[in-house]
Amino acid sequence: MSDTTSDSMTAMIADTAERLFSDLAAQAFAAIPKHPGDGAVPWDAPLWRAVEELGFPLALLEEEAGGFGLDPLTALGLVRQAAAHALPLPLGETMLANLVLAQAGLALAEGPAALVTGVGINRDGDGWRLSGSAADVPFGRNLQTVVICDASGRIARVAGGWQTAEGRNLAGEPRDTLHFDLVVDGCDTADSSFSPDLINGLGALIRAQALAGALEGVLTRCIAYVNERVQFGRPLAKFQAIQHNIAIMATNTAAARAGADMAAAALPQVLSDPARFLRQVAAAKLRAGEAASLCAPLAHQVHGAIGVTREYALHPLTTRLWAWRDEHGSETDWADHLGAETLRRGHAGYWPYLTGVEGDLT
Amino acid sequence: MSAIHFPPPPAEIAFPELRAQVRAFLRETLGPAYSPYARARSWTGFDAAFSQKLGERGWLGMTMPKKYGGHERSDLERYVVLEELLAAGAPVAAHWISDRQSAPTLLKYGTAAQREMILPRIAAGTCFFCIGMSEPDSGSDLAAARTRAEPVAEGFVVNGTKLWTTYAHKSHYMILFCRTSQSEDRHGGTSQLLVDLTTPGITISPILDMAGEHHFNEVSFRDVVLPKDALIGQMGDGWAQVTSELAFERSGPERFLSSFTLLTQLIRILGEAPEGAARRSIGRLTAHLMVLRHMSQSVAGMLARNENPMLQATIVKELGALLEQEIPEIARTLAATAPAHDDHQTFAQVFARTLLAAPTFSLRGGTREILRGIIARGLGLR
Repeated sequence: MSDTTSDSMTAMIADTAERLFSDLAAQAFAAIPKHPGDGAVPWDAPLWRAVEELGFPLALLEEEAGGFGLDPLTALGLVRQAAAHALPLPLGETMLANLVLAQAGLALAEGPAALVTGVGINRDGDGWRLSGSAADVPFGRNLQTVVICDASGRIARVAGGWQTAEGRNLAGEPRDTLHFDLVVDGCDTADSSFSPDLINGLGALIRAQALAGALEGVLTRCIAYVNERVQFGRPLAKFQAIQHNIAIMATNTAAARAGADMAAAALPQVLSDPARFLRQVAAAKLRAGEAASLCAPLAHQVHGAIGVTREYALHPLTTRLWAWRDEHGSETDWADHLGAETLRRGHAGYWPYLTGVEGDLT
Repeated sequence: MSAIHFPPPPAEIAFPELRAQVRAFLRETLGPAYSPYARARSWTGFDAAFSQKLGERGWLGMTMPKKYGGHERSDLERYVVLEELLAAGAPVAAHWISDRQSAPTLLKYGTAAQREMILPRIAAGTCFFCIGMSEPDSGSDLAAARTRAEPVAEGFVVNGTKLWTTYAHKSHYMILFCRTSQSEDRHGGTSQLLVDLTTPGITISPILDMAGEHHFNEVSFRDVVLPKDALIGQMGDGWAQVTSELAFERSGPERFLSSFTLLTQLIRILGEAPEGAARRSIGRLTAHLMVLRHMSQSVAGMLARNENPMLQATIVKELGALLEQEIPEIARTLAATAPAHDDHQTFAQVFARTLLAAPTFSLRGGTREILRGIIARGLGLR
């Protein structure tokens, strides 16, 4: 594909997604239970159907595998856009499940899907026995396909037969535990070069993108609010203290997005250079998590009391920021990963490590 | 969405061969005696001989046309050379201003005679510039500048005072921002003049910083007569020219590598397997550096494509200064050594130098408050 074709295709896909997501955002907000006791956010079947009709769950695939041959930035941009509107949508999870299935040479997912680890895949007669539990599976109760990666890298595609124990994260998104104890036939499993660590890294990549999206949604809301809300006879936007808080948010939001895009660009090397992929993901998830920790309280600060009410549409974004920063590795976890890798190389190896070019400075 | 986007950096920015060449040059030129304490001075270390060697190697005026002594290399290659020089803590102050902003300003606005006389010397690393912007009553508020160049028959007569003029005492020229006529508009009536610092009537007085180091100066002009052809660009266009010069000043890797030597020295004393808190602190700083490099390279790509990265450059400088200032504080939580210039330990000395320089990181090139104001304006709040 030529650059111009791919640029216009990228813009077209982003515009289509933005229209769809903003059209459906109000009804998704209205569907959020008013009381925590009422449980998780409900499944949005029309939203999923619309996303599926547009082919978004296949966005990470090459054309020959049924996708559009998009670059990963554009494809994962869809995850970011959906997050900016706080939609209940396992889009990134399904995109990744399809990516892993295509790499392993298995049939693509039917319906919403997720990658899970923690479940064993072992020979049982002519088939494979799946046994064990996967925790915190996004929208587990709504999935039609589950893709398991075991400790050896074996992949299994499962269409049902698991037990679900319901749970949810701080934002009320379903995070269920799936219990497996069943036998599948041989054609639904294959060997791969993936590992549970890489599957976790893939999850961290889409959480970094989603955090960037939620941060962009928060920033947009804050700017609209401070322009409209008048105190002491002028819009909040005209106060320097407010301007500086918004500038801090914009700065951190830009960094979160840049980091998430940096990691997205490394996705094609996930199997050829897994250490580099995980390094980029570590930096991205950590940076986005820190931005979330800084921006969520500032967003509430500039909104005042209205921002903490159930009726005002800020909490679906800020509670996602607080939930997602802990999913697939917190800042602490990824700092540990990067720190260990850095220090192993010693001080002389630090700059070569950062630049990816060997050769000492001194 | 209101977010400020950083496009992906150009794929070719790695330039592994060029990086290897610069590292080999630095190992040979600086030698093993060039200490971490010297490296910690970062881009404020002045060494005219080093600058000349860099010029001989073809790494000054890299992007300028060959007819002016330049090398017609890409902006991205220049970026890579800068980054390698800074990471090594090479003494780049002598040529830093002339290479970064004076040469581009002269190339864009200067007369043919100015370009022919000066640009080849900048590329050779033998001609150094200082910036004539700040004044006693004009810091962040640059438009309040009062230094006046009165147009007269033979050219201009300049009176006024410039302040915080880094390395004026070792520079050959200043690009002077001054008032050349009355104007209702406070940005109007300003111009840029090329000033030979040996001109009679110019007095350069040192101002020591709190560490006792001499890089700042006060430069006073008393009835200084400059020729007509000292004018750079158009009379009255000074404001537009000077603000375009600031874009070069805010976008480079010098905006996040000022404390880099302290960070590598910290890694050295922590050793290969420190306890968890130290490991995580280093990992966190690494993540921030990786993302900032990515953002800075994105800006370099935008500049190379002739796009306007004003907001992006402002964001890199703001985040870069925060990181540079955080590094000494993190070092303090991990190392048992207090900062001290006289200590026999390398780490303590590097720590002291970086700590005392750190307040300027969010002052020079636009204060934090000015930068946040620019970002707020970019988002439509002002």
